[in-house]
Amino acid sequence: MISSLITAFIVGGLICVIGQVLMDAFKLTPAHTLSTLVVSGSILDGFGLYEPLIDFAGAGATIPITSFGNSLTHGALAEAEKHGLIGVLTGMFEVTSSGISAAILFGVIGAFIFQKRKTTY
Amino acid sequence: MNTKGTIQFIEKPSIASTAVIAGPMEKDSVFAASFDEILLLENEKDETYEQANRRFIEKVCALAVKKGHEQMNTIDYLIGGDLINQLSPTNFAARELALPFLGVFSACASSMEAVIVGSLLLEAGNAKSVLAGASSHHPTVERQFRYPLEYGAQKPKTAQWTVTAAGFAMLQKHAKNAPIITHATIGKVVDGGQTDPLHMGAAMASAARDTIERHLVNTNSRMADYDVIMTGDLGKIGLSILKEMFSDTDSHVILQDAGAQFYGENDFFNAGASGAGCSAAVFFSHIYEQLKSGVFKRVLLVATGALLSPLTYQQGETIPCIAHAIECRMEKRG
Repeated sequence: MISSLITAFIVGGLICVIGQVLMDAFKLTPAHTLSTLVVSGSILDGFGLYEPLIDFAGAGATIPITSFGNSLTHGALAEAEKHGLIGVLTGMFEVTSSGISAAILFGVIGAFIFQKRKTTY
Repeated sequence: MNTKGTIQFIEKPSIASTAVIAGPMEKDSVFAASFDEILLLENEKDETYEQANRRFIEKVCALAVKKGHEQMNTIDYLIGGDLINQLSPTNFAARELALPFLGVFSACASSMEAVIVGSLLLEAGNAKSVLAGASSHHPTVERQFRYPLEYGAQKPKTAQWTVTAAGFAMLQKHAKNAPIITHATIGKVVDGGQTDPLHMGAAMASAARDTIERHLVNTNSRMADYDVIMTGDLGKIGLSILKEMFSDTDSHVILQDAGAQFYGENDFFNAGASGAGCSAAVFFSHIYEQLKSGVFKRVLLVATGALLSPLTYQQGETIPCIAHAIECRMEKRG
């Protein structure tokens, strides 16, 4: 238990360090940094490298945004095996649909609940 | 080097009165005691950020006129600027103030550009009273130039905090016991090749240097002749770069920066304050008071501006900068 917490913390932290370096040293905007990490996760899974990372680090690899890229590729490859080329399209959002739907749903709820921000700091 | 650009005012227009209104974060400023009013909120309920910016421009203008014991209908011209596209806040404030109006833009150097244009009107005998100044509003400026505050983007240590503040001065041809404007130096657009919009002090230092050097040459002065030479918003890093540009180390105490001093040593604000309201707020409160009370006899106020737009830096352009200076003296005259 303790050792898996530590590996999750270190691996997840290292992924965040990569993001911070992209912003600080390479002057990427936050949006570019996010996209870069998603694409990296996606490519890593294409080479079959992200699942072993999840096995090793657990939440340290599934919580960062790279995991979203991994899920995109994962779903696409799984459906492609069943349905061929069209499966790439249908499968891409198969695993990620819960995340996307949640983002939309909670976004709407948030917009209804909260007033326009009055800045007081 | 082209050393043109310094105007000598024979009529010596005076700064009859000034007013400064600042935002909620600015209550922690080292200059806060000199501000006329500090707002509790960046914007009131049901008010957009732009409306808030516009409202305190109207308010600060009215206050400057009141403090100078004049009426709004005796003011000949209003000259002002801010940082928002098309100068919307100042334009809309001018609609309410209903004065003949010139909008000016030199980014954060707009305050001094406004004062120079106003002084020229007085010098030429075309006006008796002119309102001149500038403002900036933190959430509005951040949204336009960088990210909306709600986005929560990180900022590096070189970044500066755009102040919420407006400073306006009422300039008059001859006001009693008021600081006078003897010279002005109009800035050149100088580009040091900087590309980082979160490190603008470094970009603006070259422009400040150019303006200060030309002013000293043209007025046949040395730094030591001034009580203070204060730049607008170079910030802590920009100020140290500017000091390195001048070999005369004795003069380094004379070189100061409003943005570097604005929030004291508070690390939350990274390299210090910036914004068109920064130079306006400090020059028209603290510096004005010091002149008026005779502590300062001769000062050079150099407002610095970075002339970037969100479009130009996204297209990879470098950041051109400008610095406009006015020289003020305290001279008692009846």
